[in-house]
Amino acid sequence: MRSIAILLFCAGVGATAHAADAERGKALYETRCIGCHSIDANRIGPAHKGVFGREAGRAKDYEYSPALANAHIVWDANLLDRWLADPEQLVPGQRMNYSVPEVADRADLIAYLRTQR
Amino acid sequence: MDCSDLIAPARRTFLGRAGKATLSLAAFSLIAGNEAFAQGAASTMQDVNILNVALGLEHEAINAYQLGALSGLLQKPVLDVAVQFQGHHKGHRDALAATIRKLGGTPVAEKSLDEYARALRADTLKSQGDVLDLAARLELGATNAYLGVIPAFKDSALAKVAARLAADETMHWSILASALGRPMPMAALSFGA
Repeated sequence: MRSIAILLFCAGVGATAHAADAERGKALYETRCIGCHSIDANRIGPAHKGVFGREAGRAKDYEYSPALANAHIVWDANLLDRWLADPEQLVPGQRMNYSVPEVADRADLIAYLRTQR
Repeated sequence: MDCSDLIAPARRTFLGRAGKATLSLAAFSLIAGNEAFAQGAASTMQDVNILNVALGLEHEAINAYQLGALSGLLQKPVLDVAVQFQGHHKGHRDALAATIRKLGGTPVAEKSLDEYARALRADTLKSQGDVLDLAARLELGATNAYLGVIPAFKDSALAKVAARLAADETMHWSILASALGRPMPMAALSFGA
């Protein structure tokens, strides 16, 4: 049991070892997210200004999937990471379906989104 | 073009039965104890959702090129290419909408040109370079969006359709980047990552 706890702790340390880079996150956003999203405007996906700390499914005037509109979660770093890794696993029935498999890419994107207040 | 022709025959048979697939169908199947059928219907709905996001991208691309064409900023040879690219996107739109209908879904509606103009900040376009830059950003974004959803498709034939759409968008981006005088990517595997 103790060894499992140590392993879990080490895994947690590994997951947070990457120093998030908001500038790199901005560059990733410009190539990976810009097809559907903008910071200031709802497009195919909702506007991202203020997404960090916002309740899911609450961007003004954006028509969400029922799944996300009723998810009742607040976007923090952990939930954004899980969402970007596998949106369908976090919120079954969502419509995004785009995933970001690399941990470092997700961390940088989240760091950038965090700056978009 | 009708990309639903690429769907495997066994899948089409299932989809024919599930042609009116809805959330209630999945729920009914679960209640009736037919878990496999319910999972199939749920998978179909997820694929329809992805295709509808793709259709939304194509609506926006068509309107972005329309805004560019109406701006008066594009010189004649560039305008011709923009109209040709818009035609490709109309082909994508028609194929996606037909496939969504065949899968029992409802294609997402196009918004008004004014709505696209506001969302894409068309009022900030002041030169031909601005229009091409916007088009290049959208085409690169679409390329990466299509590549990024490929793993999420339950039907591998639809994943192939997404790859073919990504190839068209990459072709558009390459020509636009060249017109803007931008260098080709230095590294291999630069798309989708």
